[in-house]
Amino acid sequence: MTQTDAPTVDNGVNIDALRGARQALTDAPAAAQFQWRARCEWVRGTNSRTTITDFSGLGQEHAHRQAYCIEADHPEVFASDDNGATPPEIVLAALASCLTAGVATVATHRGVQLRSVKATVEAGMDLQGILGIDGDVRNGFDAIKVTYDIDADASRDDIAAIVAQSQKRSAVFDIVTNPTLVQVELA
Amino acid sequence: MRVPVVIVGAGPAGLAMSHHLVTAGIDHVVLERGDLAHSWRTERWDSLRLLTPSWMNALPGHGYRGGDPHGFMTAQETVAFLEAYRRRFEPPVLTGVTVAAVRRTADGFAVIADAGTWQCDVVVAATGASSEPRVPALRAELPTRIDQLTALDYRRPAQLDPDGEILVVGASASGVQIASELQRSGRAVTIAVGEHVRLPRSYRERDVYWWLDAIGQLDERYDEVDDIDRARRHASVQLVGTNEHSDLDLNALGAQGVRCVGRLVGISGRTAQCSGALASLVANADLKQARLLHRIDEFVTSNGLEGEVGPPRPAQPTVVPAPPTSLDLAAFSTVVWATGYRPTYPWLDAAAFDHRHRVVHDGGVARMPGLYVLGLPFMRRRRSNLIAGFGRDAGDLAAHVRAYLGDVARTRAGARIGVVSRVEWPSEQAVARAANDVLDRT
Ligand SMILES: Cc1cc2nc3c(=O)[nH]c(=O)nc-3n(C[C@H](O)[C@H](O)[C@H](O)COP(=O)(O)OP(=O)(O)OC[C@H]3O[C@@H](n4cnc5c(N)ncnc54)[C@H](O)[C@@H]3O)c2cc1C
Repeated sequence: MTQTDAPTVDNGVNIDALRGARQALTDAPAAAQFQWRARCEWVRGTNSRTTITDFSGLGQEHAHRQAYCIEADHPEVFASDDNGATPPEIVLAALASCLTAGVATVATHRGVQLRSVKATVEAGMDLQGILGIDGDVRNGFDAIKVTYDIDADASRDDIAAIVAQSQKRSAVFDIVTNPTLVQVELA
Repeated sequence: MRVPVVIVGAGPAGLAMSHHLVTAGIDHVVLERGDLAHSWRTERWDSLRLLTPSWMNALPGHGYRGGDPHGFMTAQETVAFLEAYRRRFEPPVLTGVTVAAVRRTADGFAVIADAGTWQCDVVVAATGASSEPRVPALRAELPTRIDQLTALDYRRPAQLDPDGEILVVGASASGVQIASELQRSGRAVTIAVGEHVRLPRSYRERDVYWWLDAIGQLDERYDEVDDIDRARRHASVQLVGTNEHSDLDLNALGAQGVRCVGRLVGISGRTAQCSGALASLVANADLKQARLLHRIDEFVTSNGLEGEVGPPRPAQPTVVPAPPTSLDLAAFSTVVWATGYRPTYPWLDAAAFDHRHRVVHDGGVARMPGLYVLGLPFMRRRRSNLIAGFGRDAGDLAAHVRAYLGDVARTRAGARIGVVSRVEWPSEQAVARAANDVLDRT
């Protein structure tokens, strides 16, 4: 499981650059300090729009190639306009994207050619929590289930190992499975 | 007092080093703060047996001679084994001598101890890889009502507050053994499980360490693995040495009634928060175990051993009931931290360390010329922190020490002031020959 010789696969991941970055950041830990930012603005009702343009890291400021927008709203069954996905769904999207990026990276690192990778994410929620009906019910998901359907040049065990490793290295997986200190204040 | 080499610590590693220096004709002294094998006399719980089978725990020139080579020695038997080693070879050990400081001098090192100061050219730090427990900072946030102890303080169930539930944090060898013993004593135990390594006690009718040895896994070298930093951080394996040769993984703990929860990640008031990633870690450990068993199967096939060993047996997947992500600490009286150990060298010259206070070394040869470390995880090989690994590592280091002392002597003779020229390693073959010469594995 340590096939790190020049991979002949092409999953569109620049593995040499990633390895180089890992080495560089090991040598210069200060450069590894990144800050991610999002700016959210209320539109109307439950609709809001988040814009993501810039971040910092490697000791400097960076701009995305373009500004990215995420529209969030509630569905019509909640008497909203449904102008976007619900915020919890966006969390699910973030989790799946993060794990999937990891799958591609780990697969490339291990010399595994991917043909297709599909993830289905399901998460249960008891609305008695956010509606304040039952104080014992939490607001968030009761659990999250991610199901991967992967077609690749590898055995089922090797694919399972890639999926496992992607969880180990995933930021969003860590964010949703472990508590994070959150501070919300007025500017 | 002047002596070419001072070894600090008379545990099995220091004794192995002494043996190789004797063989190489290098004068030295071993300074030990307690008695020989101090950590095995004072820092182990009562029921502890070695994880490694007795046949395996060989030191250079000295193997197990008892009646149960496939059994597992108790701490007292381990002390007796090392005492026998001392009687047989009479290494130059001075007991009851605590080293307080080691300083670079213009002419080597000054080793400052309570019993005097030694001037030397070489210092070998053999004070162990588990000098102190590694405990997460969140220990400070536990309610003061809760007793806390570490695996180094734990001795027996009766030592704990008789009431309330017990939380064992960490599910490597120490954690699973302590959790199992406490549950057996009638206590309600919860174990917080982070990243862990699972292996069966035996496979195909051989002990798992027999296999790790046979397939060459224990001999993997530090300069050959992909990511040595990560390999060095690997937790110990979920194993126990018992007469029954039974497994002690999460399935075994679950069957006993121990409750498994995810890694302890936060404490908020009287609530302990546990990671929701347990299923992922469990799946990962199962995959890694399956990979190792597969490697063993391949080894059996390619060496035609089918007739000699048992049939392959697929491992049972680990089943843990969906764990809660928070625990109400009100029910708990005691937390046992089995979150690992780390080496400490409070006496060592500050220039020897990196910014994370680890001795900077390459395979045991410190960046600080003349300083050597021994007994650390994966220091030169995967077996480096096992009794069965000290002999080979000490052999390598002794060869390096000999060359280094030669260089020092030449420099002194030429009255040349400057840096000692680079010492070359002996070839791998030479080291293997030397190791085979002295390794007594009967
Ligand atoms: C719980 C536990 C179980 C283990 N089980 C196994 C096993 O089953 N099989 C196996 O192969 N390995 C096992 N090990 C790992 C390892 O083999 C042992 O810890 C072994 O004792 C390490 O040998 P050592 O000589 O490196 O260190 P130690 O045995 O710890 O010896 C270090 C010595 O240095 C002395 N010392 C420390 N500071 C000073 C000072 N300032 N001045 C003078 N002397 C000092 C100490 O008193 C001690 O005697 C286990 C480790 C632990 C913690």
